[in-house]
Amino acid sequence: MDALDILFTASFWVAAIRIASPLIFATMGELICERAGVLNLGIEGIMTVGAFAGWFTVYSGGDLWTGVAVAALAGAMFGLLHATLTVPLGLSQHVVGIGITLFATSLTYFTYRLALPQVTSPPKIEPFQPFAIPGLSSIPFLGDAVFNQTPLTYLAFLTVALVAWVLYRTPLGLAVRAAGENPSAVEAQGISVNAIRIGAVMVGSALMAVGGAFLTMSAFNSFFFEMINGRGWICIALVVFGSWRPGKALLGAILFAAFDAYQIRLQQLSGGVVPYQLFLMMPYALSILALILVARRASYPKALMVPYQKGER
Amino acid sequence: MTVLRLSGITKRFGPLVANDAISFELKRGEVIALLGENGAGKTTLMNILFGHYFPDEGSVEAFGKVLPQGDPRAALEAGIGMVHQHFTLADQMTVQENITLGTEPLWRPTLSRANARERIVALSRDFGLTVDPGAAVASLSVGERQRVEILKALYREARILILDEPTAVLTPGETDALFKTLKLLVAKGLSIIFISHKLHEVMAASDRVLVLRGGKLVGERLTADTDRRELAALMVGQEVKAADVSPVRSGAPLLVLEGVSTRRVNGAGLDAVSLTLRGGEITGLAGVSGNGQAALAALLSGTERPTAGTVAVNGSPIADWSPKAALGKGIARVPEDRHAVGTIGDMSITENVIAESYDSARFSRHGFIDWKAARGFAEQIIRDYDVKCPSPETRIRLLSGGNMQKLVLGRALDPDPVVILASQPTRGLDVGAVAYVHARLLEARERGAAILLISEDLEEILALSDTVVVISKGQVSAPSKRGERSIRELGELMAGHGEAA
Amino acid sequence: MRLEPKPAPSLVMLLLYPVGAIVFTLVFASLLVLLAGASPFSVFFLVAKGAAGSQFALFETLTRATPLIFTGLAVAVAFRAKLWNIGAEAQLYIGAVVTVVLGTGALPLPSILLIPLIVIAAMTAGALLLLGPALLKTRFGVDEVVTTLLLNFIVLLFVSMLLEGVLKDPMGLGWPQSQKLIAEARLPRIVTGRRLHCGFGMALVSAVIVWVIMKKTTLGYEMRAAGNNAEGARFVGIPVNRVLMKTALLSGGLAALAGFSEVSGLKGNLTLDLSPGYGYSGIVVAMLAMLNPLGVVVSAIFVAGIFVGADAMSRSTGVPSYIADVMVATALLSMVVAILLARFRVRWR
Repeated sequence: MDALDILFTASFWVAAIRIASPLIFATMGELICERAGVLNLGIEGIMTVGAFAGWFTVYSGGDLWTGVAVAALAGAMFGLLHATLTVPLGLSQHVVGIGITLFATSLTYFTYRLALPQVTSPPKIEPFQPFAIPGLSSIPFLGDAVFNQTPLTYLAFLTVALVAWVLYRTPLGLAVRAAGENPSAVEAQGISVNAIRIGAVMVGSALMAVGGAFLTMSAFNSFFFEMINGRGWICIALVVFGSWRPGKALLGAILFAAFDAYQIRLQQLSGGVVPYQLFLMMPYALSILALILVARRASYPKALMVPYQKGER
Repeated sequence: MTVLRLSGITKRFGPLVANDAISFELKRGEVIALLGENGAGKTTLMNILFGHYFPDEGSVEAFGKVLPQGDPRAALEAGIGMVHQHFTLADQMTVQENITLGTEPLWRPTLSRANARERIVALSRDFGLTVDPGAAVASLSVGERQRVEILKALYREARILILDEPTAVLTPGETDALFKTLKLLVAKGLSIIFISHKLHEVMAASDRVLVLRGGKLVGERLTADTDRRELAALMVGQEVKAADVSPVRSGAPLLVLEGVSTRRVNGAGLDAVSLTLRGGEITGLAGVSGNGQAALAALLSGTERPTAGTVAVNGSPIADWSPKAALGKGIARVPEDRHAVGTIGDMSITENVIAESYDSARFSRHGFIDWKAARGFAEQIIRDYDVKCPSPETRIRLLSGGNMQKLVLGRALDPDPVVILASQPTRGLDVGAVAYVHARLLEARERGAAILLISEDLEEILALSDTVVVISKGQVSAPSKRGERSIRELGELMAGHGEAA
Repeated sequence: MRLEPKPAPSLVMLLLYPVGAIVFTLVFASLLVLLAGASPFSVFFLVAKGAAGSQFALFETLTRATPLIFTGLAVAVAFRAKLWNIGAEAQLYIGAVVTVVLGTGALPLPSILLIPLIVIAAMTAGALLLLGPALLKTRFGVDEVVTTLLLNFIVLLFVSMLLEGVLKDPMGLGWPQSQKLIAEARLPRIVTGRRLHCGFGMALVSAVIVWVIMKKTTLGYEMRAAGNNAEGARFVGIPVNRVLMKTALLSGGLAALAGFSEVSGLKGNLTLDLSPGYGYSGIVVAMLAMLNPLGVVVSAIFVAGIFVGADAMSRSTGVPSYIADVMVATALLSMVVAILLARFRVRWR
């Protein structure tokens, strides 16, 4: 098969969208946090928590959707911890974020070892299965590529629409955006900046955790160490790349995932002549490149990483 | 009818008593001016009224009901609207978004946009507050932004409007328009408190004046029964005496700008500015904030390079321009914002005073800093400038504004500079510190330095300056000697009408 | 809730709060131990014994502390100037790669020449690796946190590629590992029969040098000023961007030394598990030391003790050794809160 032909196969796009799904969840989560003015570097750890919590719930006998809910709840709890330290206490979002990632990751590994002391190969669960949407899935090409995915993927797309709606079409979204632009504007209108920011970080973290859960419950069927593998950091780059807009970030995630899926196939085509590590590096390198391209004209939320104290102007 | 009653409000910040048992009432349709110097406690009082701060003692009653403490929403719902001195607007959002923010229940699934737009248009028509609801706030002028702030309050059907230093950022013309709007509001039954330290405004626009000094309510007068002199005396606690200025002895031109333009810096950039500062003279730069003062200050500080034109210091043109170069040319810089720019908050006094010369032979050798010499310098400034501080090792953040400014001044004036840039040197200082800073500037003038005084306080400019120039939209007017132009004429120039240089 | 600055905190207070953070960490860890069905007291006793209960244990702890001192210093230096270097892991590996490239026989030199040469080359490589993100930050405004983090993954894949390619040991039975260093490239042991090597001494000397740089030199002054208030520093004429570049070089170089010392002093060759996250632990070490270079030595030994002790404890009790990572992360978070509380008073109203 020719390297370009790959792009025109439905199976390629199925894979691309599957790869994009966890990124979409987590990118939306990070986007919400940053729109409210909080950089959440706990994302990598929170995704780890979500991956484990969702999988473990199902492994312990819960159904799949309960697993998703437990993952979201666990993510929200770590979000609450992050927000408590960075919002009312105003601690460095860099240090706390890295700390949350270390804390969440190590706590997850500890719990995993505690729960499954003996296992050598990670136990499997029955993951979400692809669900062909009646009608839409029979559209040629597109139907195969987009409308024959697992329910969690559909949920990811729904999340983007929901986030966009809430941010731009509701009073709550107005308050969230204002909290990221000029918190004193929010306080002056009688809304607590702390409440908005803490809420945004909790909801955002819940989405990150669902993104992690996608990996163990939809893309794969078990939990193993270091499975997030930098996806969280990539999502932070995607938020910048998407100019803090849900639609653009979605596009960025799909583009990125397509590239990732493409390098996997190229890797197979190259027949081992080129070291596979070079292909694996590409997603990370691509993220850095994307940051460089957009950073100059990026319009950051004005109050991103700026703590706010009541009565301050 | 009393609409607002404050009783026994006390607020302490550590050892400082910002408000000391303050009580007063506001009646329906009344305009109260809250007069006081910077640091007198005006803003703290309003922050308590509006629920940003908890009072340590006392209570606020609006329309007969006690307001719960520390709850801005309760204040808003009771019909109190506040126009902050620093606008609380989100720049990237539209006028309408800013006005409707927080006016609908947060959990509603939609915004009622058409409705809101209609109401905003109606309000702006009724009160002469023209502004496009769809425009991004970032694209508005300062005057327009203030209108948005007032509309925010009116949109919430405020019955009491508090304005904190509303005219600080306005041209005289815009100020007149604002006062007209206030009259309309009062006619509709609103009550107004406006905070100011400008006597002529207080006299022009209020029914009653409350004077705050050192956190205490020291006087209450009906505007009709008082005059500027009495108010001024109440405000500063003593007969105001003008700074003692000796006759000017102009020297050689020490700083010459010819046709200088710069990029935009916090407002307008310079636009083909020509200006000469002479030794032994204080040149006052008057103007409404944002008209190029920041650009001129940045240029003299060395943080901004000219994009066109020439700058010459002491007769020699500048080439490679930077803060270091400016210091090397003997320019002393007192920056506008002593917290964000003038000092490094978490470093000690010693570390701060050597900041402009740490790599000179005086304070370092072979890359190692001579901390003994540095400490000696800090002790010298502390002694000479009478700085109140526990020790030279104190973090500078912990000092009061006046003491911090003395250190900045001490650092800048050592050794004797050729040119001095003093940007808003007395903003936020108490009376004693203001007099001290003025005296030091006048001393430097006696020594023959050329001083550029940038201030938004016209009275300060008029009191100190031998020459006054007005800046508007990045261009400066022709200079005028002390007493040559009236306040009215200067106002015209500040508004951008009148002759260009 | 509001935060109000306290006047200059006394030394006692400054020490009391970190102790409080450690106590909190122990309490939290106790809960996890209880969850694991063991007794906290016996577990902590075993951890302490495993970390410092014998001469062997103590030497193991100091050995483990060595790379942490280097990465801790790297982070402390960078964070002081508000250069958020989260890439010490990558810089460590680059330092290790250079050590292997030069130390496996390519340069037939005596120790006295070879080791300094390798040290300089390794530091240069690590420094240059961090210079990239630092330049991207100052030139393009790209957040260095994300770029240094992403570089960690890229560099690890790069090392993996080398170990399966040009650097692969032909006698390694197919394992992705490098050849052994020649004897001249090895750092000597400090005590025969113990694993503690001269890298530890180098780490101590580095800590003192970094302390001198930060406290006594104009460069240290510039770094602290730039980190504290970049705008203010620029105003007084400090070339902030250039200072950030120098900081990046110093920080990257220090982190690379960790890789050098692990390969040359301890392991003798390079494998993909050379560092169990020393780069990330360095952040904790630096924060626990409140970014003080001499404090880094103490906190690195403390953190190393937890890891070494937990390994020993885990073998005998079955409590997962990840408890050590949890404790270290908890200590980081409680420490930043403690520092805040030492300097600010929380007013609830």
